[in-house]
Amino acid sequence: MTDDAETRPTHVDLAAEYEASGVAEVLAELDRELIGLAPVKQRIRETAALLLVDRARRAMGLSHETPTLHMSFTGNPGTGKTTVAQMMAGLLHRLGYVRKGHLVSVTRDDLVGQYIGHTAPKTREVLKKAMGGVLFIDEAYYLWKPDNERDYGQEAIEILLQVMENNRDDLVVIMAGYADRMDKFFSANPGFRSRIAHHIDFPDYSDGELLHISETMLGGQNYVLDGGARAAMAEYVAQRRTQPHFANARSIRNALDRARLRQANRLFTEAAGPLDAAALSTITEADIRASRVFRGGLDVDRTARQEAAE
Amino acid sequence: MRITQGCFSFLPDLSDDQITAQVEYILSRRWAVSLEFTDDPHPRNTYWEMWGHPMFDLRDAKGAMMELDACRKAHPDAYIRVQAFDDTRGFETVMMSFIVNRPAHEPKFHMQRTDFEGRSQKYAWDARA
Repeated sequence: MTDDAETRPTHVDLAAEYEASGVAEVLAELDRELIGLAPVKQRIRETAALLLVDRARRAMGLSHETPTLHMSFTGNPGTGKTTVAQMMAGLLHRLGYVRKGHLVSVTRDDLVGQYIGHTAPKTREVLKKAMGGVLFIDEAYYLWKPDNERDYGQEAIEILLQVMENNRDDLVVIMAGYADRMDKFFSANPGFRSRIAHHIDFPDYSDGELLHISETMLGGQNYVLDGGARAAMAEYVAQRRTQPHFANARSIRNALDRARLRQANRLFTEAAGPLDAAALSTITEADIRASRVFRGGLDVDRTARQEAAE
Repeated sequence: MRITQGCFSFLPDLSDDQITAQVEYILSRRWAVSLEFTDDPHPRNTYWEMWGHPMFDLRDAKGAMMELDACRKAHPDAYIRVQAFDDTRGFETVMMSFIVNRPAHEPKFHMQRTDFEGRSQKYAWDARA
């Protein structure tokens, strides 16, 4: 032990550690690539600071235990949970808390088997793949089905809990899902609650943020919105939010995919002569306005709501 | 008699840390890791029992080490070897193979000579406890 004590540093320069670890890059990427989500970014910065200090403390021999890093991400669909998990994996890797830093994203189907004795090997297989990285369990509450006591999900939960406890050095588990259902899931499975240290809540995007996101998404594919289309898109966002199955950024991405489809169709039917690059990459008001959202949403949803109103 | 087959077999037995390092090397070459075990270490016994499927999409050695622990628990008195399979076109073969577990007492090999036509002899090997 004396040798150990001699090699230990007596001082630590946190700023230098911060630079050397490459955490700054990940945080900058987080700021640059994710629009909005201020509370999430704040929590991640705090977590990064905590881990950096913890690493310095371990270097000085002040603490020996690996901190619990399992997390839960709660929020509505399309609020960037998977994207943030990806960045979290990179962050933990740079700080040396996971060895490889890859993200394995699974749902109930990947963990739970269909017959007796099928679940354990399936769950282990996934855990083996995730070793050295981050296991992201999307909609984790589906693992637990209270109405069926013979459900195989319970078996997967037990294996997960065991690995989360025993292999804390080897992998980090992130569970994600809607806030209310995750709360119910955690209260029914106290084992998870006590093993998860960081709960991060993802807020919905505001209308302005969604508009910004739509422009960034299109920019990435070399498309632009013209003035009219931009106003139409703002209106679209506001209307889409009030309709069922609204999934934040994901709804926007789907809307833009359909707008590109309509744009291509419009160019194909209307263009008489040769088209320039600007024409090929501009989305106009008509492409957005044609959406069913402006006529009250999908037909099936509309009839359902009319019935409910009557 | 100490069986010498595959890589590292003239060295002292590898520790778990050393096995982990070897598996890391295997994964760094993008080879698939698999485990095999047998109670018959005869040199002509090429096909050992498979322990689970080959692990094609592993990223970290820990996954393979978990399987090794499970295999050792189930077959403490068997020979266990780690194999690395290269699936790239043109190789498609085992690139590396080394023993990671031996029984406490290893069998001796006995050579049996048999007279054959004329004065020629035939040889056979068998393992004897």
